[in-house]
Amino acid sequence: MNVYLLSPAISLCGLAIVVILLDLFLKRKWILGAVSVAGLIVPAAFTLALWGREETSFNGMLAVDEFSLFFNLFFLVCAALVILASMDYVSKFRAFQGEYYALVLLAATGMMLMASTRELISVYVALELTGISLYALTGFLKDPKSSEASLKYLLLGAVASAVLLYGMAMVFGLSGSTHFKDIAAAIPGDVMGNPALLMGMVLLVAGFGFKIATVPFQMWVPDVYEGAPTPITAYLSVASKAAGFAVILRVFYEALGPVSLDWGMMFGVLAAITMTLGNVVAIAQTNIKRMLGYSSIAQAGYLMIGLAAVSALGRSGLVFFLIAYAFTNLGAFIAIIAISNKTNSDLISDYSGMAKRAPLLALALGLCLISLIGIPPTAGFMAKIYIFNAAVDHDLMWLVIVAVVNTAISAYYYLRVVRVMFLGAPLSEEAVPSSGALRAALSVACIGVLLLGVYPWALLKIAETAVSMFP
Amino acid sequence: MPSGVPLAIFLLPFFSFIVISFIIRPFLNSKPQLSGYITTASIGTSLILSLWVLAEVSSAPGHVLSMPDYEWLAIGDTVIRFGVTVDALAAIMLIVVTSVSLLVQVYSQGYMHGDPGYSRYFAFMSLFTAFMLGLVLADNLVSLYVFWEGVGLCSYLLIGFWFHRPAAARAATKAFLVTRIGDFGFLAAILFLYSKTGTFDIGELHHLALAGAIGGTVLTWAAIGIFSGAIGKSAQFPLHTWLPDAMEGPTPVSALIHAATMVAAGIYLVARMFPVFASSLTAVTTVAAIGGFTAIFAATMALVMNDIKRVLAYSTISQLGYMMLGLGVVGIGVANDAIPLEVGLGLGVAVGIFHLFNHAFFKSLLFLGAGSVNHATGTFDIREMGGLRKVMPWTYITFLIGSLSIVGIWPLAGFWSKEGILDHAWDHQTALFFLAMITVFMTAFYMFRVVFLTFAGEYRGSNAGHSGASAHAPSLRESPLVMVAPMGILAILAVISGWLPVSSFLGGESESFFGALAHPIAWVSMVLAALGILLAYALYSAKWLSSESLRRRFAPLHTLFSRKYWIDELYERVIVVRVLVDGIFVLLNWFDTRIVDGIVNGIAGGTIVAGKGIRRLQTGQLQAYGIAIFVGVLAIVACFLIFG
Repeated sequence: MNVYLLSPAISLCGLAIVVILLDLFLKRKWILGAVSVAGLIVPAAFTLALWGREETSFNGMLAVDEFSLFFNLFFLVCAALVILASMDYVSKFRAFQGEYYALVLLAATGMMLMASTRELISVYVALELTGISLYALTGFLKDPKSSEASLKYLLLGAVASAVLLYGMAMVFGLSGSTHFKDIAAAIPGDVMGNPALLMGMVLLVAGFGFKIATVPFQMWVPDVYEGAPTPITAYLSVASKAAGFAVILRVFYEALGPVSLDWGMMFGVLAAITMTLGNVVAIAQTNIKRMLGYSSIAQAGYLMIGLAAVSALGRSGLVFFLIAYAFTNLGAFIAIIAISNKTNSDLISDYSGMAKRAPLLALALGLCLISLIGIPPTAGFMAKIYIFNAAVDHDLMWLVIVAVVNTAISAYYYLRVVRVMFLGAPLSEEAVPSSGALRAALSVACIGVLLLGVYPWALLKIAETAVSMFP
Repeated sequence: MPSGVPLAIFLLPFFSFIVISFIIRPFLNSKPQLSGYITTASIGTSLILSLWVLAEVSSAPGHVLSMPDYEWLAIGDTVIRFGVTVDALAAIMLIVVTSVSLLVQVYSQGYMHGDPGYSRYFAFMSLFTAFMLGLVLADNLVSLYVFWEGVGLCSYLLIGFWFHRPAAARAATKAFLVTRIGDFGFLAAILFLYSKTGTFDIGELHHLALAGAIGGTVLTWAAIGIFSGAIGKSAQFPLHTWLPDAMEGPTPVSALIHAATMVAAGIYLVARMFPVFASSLTAVTTVAAIGGFTAIFAATMALVMNDIKRVLAYSTISQLGYMMLGLGVVGIGVANDAIPLEVGLGLGVAVGIFHLFNHAFFKSLLFLGAGSVNHATGTFDIREMGGLRKVMPWTYITFLIGSLSIVGIWPLAGFWSKEGILDHAWDHQTALFFLAMITVFMTAFYMFRVVFLTFAGEYRGSNAGHSGASAHAPSLRESPLVMVAPMGILAILAVISGWLPVSSFLGGESESFFGALAHPIAWVSMVLAALGILLAYALYSAKWLSSESLRRRFAPLHTLFSRKYWIDELYERVIVVRVLVDGIFVLLNWFDTRIVDGIVNGIAGGTIVAGKGIRRLQTGQLQAYGIAIFVGVLAIVACFLIFG
């Protein structure tokens, strides 16, 4: 047992506790947010210090490799951006500000552990740590909508967990082990001759599919996204989804690698259905958070192309898409937080003429929406080219065509927001202010979107390294 | 020549965009004229460098310069290199883009004078020019596509430049969405070609296509996908509807983007990929048929429009159709082995691009003339003009030269390239040749209808109450020198650009100055053109015939043309609104929110409801969602068992 290997998670957990304790003494609550963001440097530093190691510890439950370390950093950056974006929002709460930040940090701890384990029970525990923190955060506003969203998320999350456990039990029963390596050695190479394996695999997909919001396990998304505090919606749509994909990569490549032919095809079909449903239903939305909810379902569809293309290219494409999507979607949500802080509305029609009231926010939101469509020179374009290319390489031309058609459909609803903002008449002359923290977070996201669109080289390399240890 | 020169041609306007956006607009907003100067200077320098490139290319063996390229990004084993193509085609396009852009920027300094968005305007114009030059220089399909989207984006921003006008906002969105329909075909074709060949490099693709290394069906589909991108950008039928509406943008924008350069990008794309097209008879026949049909189809609508810019817009669509026709018919000749391959490849490019080259000058001249007229009268409606010959002599002379050139009167520029297209149509596709001939007559008629209504007779407009279209108070006088001078230069080019050895430089044939008059087709087309001019004269200047009674006689046709064949209505009211918005989207949304709830609503109908907060939970949505998870699991398992 090497506790040092666990240092990123331990320090992050410690940070959460420090924030709760500070909350008891501090009068000026904004310090809590600042401490949370600044404190993230500690786990980040531990992660960087571990870079290059390839070890397992705690009886094989903890894996420290470039994949887990990469995702550690990924979740830390997401958490930092979400906290920065929350500071204005949270300052309106009368109580529990410390708990808010602590829960964000604990959820990040859970996500980090999700990406760094090679054992089913640990996967489940990490998943629940993430889930429970997020259920609480979803209900933080305590208004009827937020409470309803939280309760729905909790109950459906419990159902999904049960399904997942059922699947794990099947796989365990078949292989006699919860360790990925032993499972891979014990299962046969074809699911069709083995109903228990088929059932186990599909139940695992359902359990994880809930996290990444793939059809038909996506139904909670619009309601929860609409009801949750907007920074948490951003967190759910990016970090929680990425954690789901990270754990899927681990489980399916390392434990279910022998049946990759079967799950590759399944993810391909689910990807096509998911992106189509997400995009088409998004068109009819009038609430921007709901619209981005459906949009995130569609994006999950594109991401799953990387799972369907079972190859090194597919994996690195998926990871690169996650990075691009994280910057883009966080940027979009941060802009929305800033705007709704002032207008108290999430209706797309209330964004009319926003370019005049908040030129920079509107420009940033426009940029992120353009990136979500996948128009150059943004991150979204590079990510799409990369992941489509992986599919083409894997002879999945049909899936690429579905995806390209979907991209065309999606342009309609994303551009509608751009048009309303830039070409509509402003509803009032009042300018929309934004705090320094928010502007900082938004700048980071937008620079990321542009940089990845123009010079994706460095992060492509990192994405390739992160997934290089899979067989 | 240093290898950085082509890159500098592209980077200079880009640099101007950066300077205007990040230095002038934030810090020097009180001196907006700086933006105009910087844009003009950077594009002027690009033009000089382009001339240098042209000189180097013409002395290079095979008219190709090899340039170093740089690794841009690696996707697995595929490395996308970012390099530039410098060959005859690129060199000619560089000249077209930089020269027209330079003149338009000079003109804009007068036209946009005093507009509150002056700096923004020049920033977008610089960015557009940079993207357009990048598109021309791109040596692989991915970077070409990036710039392709880039020019589309700038076009969107510039059409909607006066965004406070709803019509401009609508037109901008329409242009963006309609062209995207074609763009997705293009993107799919790029990926499809890549999946079959493993390369994005244009040169390699040519090589593979000509060597027969790509299957026939693959080539056909890839070419048609690429062509769909060209249809969108070059506003060919059935994606032509955006271009007339795009006239809502400032007139110099129409001259540069929607007449000379961006809309010609579709032609350029087909020319650039010509070896791929020429390897498939189906593909080139499609190109020729769409081009020939669009030429006459757009011309019919130009006959009846009353907005001078819309006449010019339909005329542009029609002329772009000619260019496609030229590329297509030579392609048919090559695919049928009627023209030897080594001759045909250069010839096709030469026939299409020569007309693009000439058209760029005379059409931007006509647009600038329309802008000049608008500058004076405050309207674009030719019914409210008339008699402007006397007050605006320079505008009149230059507009007349542009009109004679587009009509194809010897020895003006339009004559030379149009004859090339007609000759080859006669040789390889007779049906389309006749359509093109009828179009010549129509072109002459609609252009001179505009000339006579605008410049001849008496002034019919009222000077008061027109301030919507531009920021200037209308006053009937000649435009300032900064506007007239570019028109003068373009007028000279509209005469002489056809004399330049562009066609032979691109690998085509060239005619001697008087030898061209020995062809019967040249005479027939000029007689038809003269008849068109005569008819316009008879109706609108001499009034021998009443245009009113003519319209009544052909009322159904007139309605059909002036309502633009109801295609806009078909697209917007029927397909978008009825089928998509009212139909499919609503149905799916309804399904998502109602059916799933509804089923369980019925079941839960008897449940006692207590408390408003919990009520929505008990509508059964939650149970339905939970059930859906299990149904999903079962469905996936069932699919495995059925299709496994």
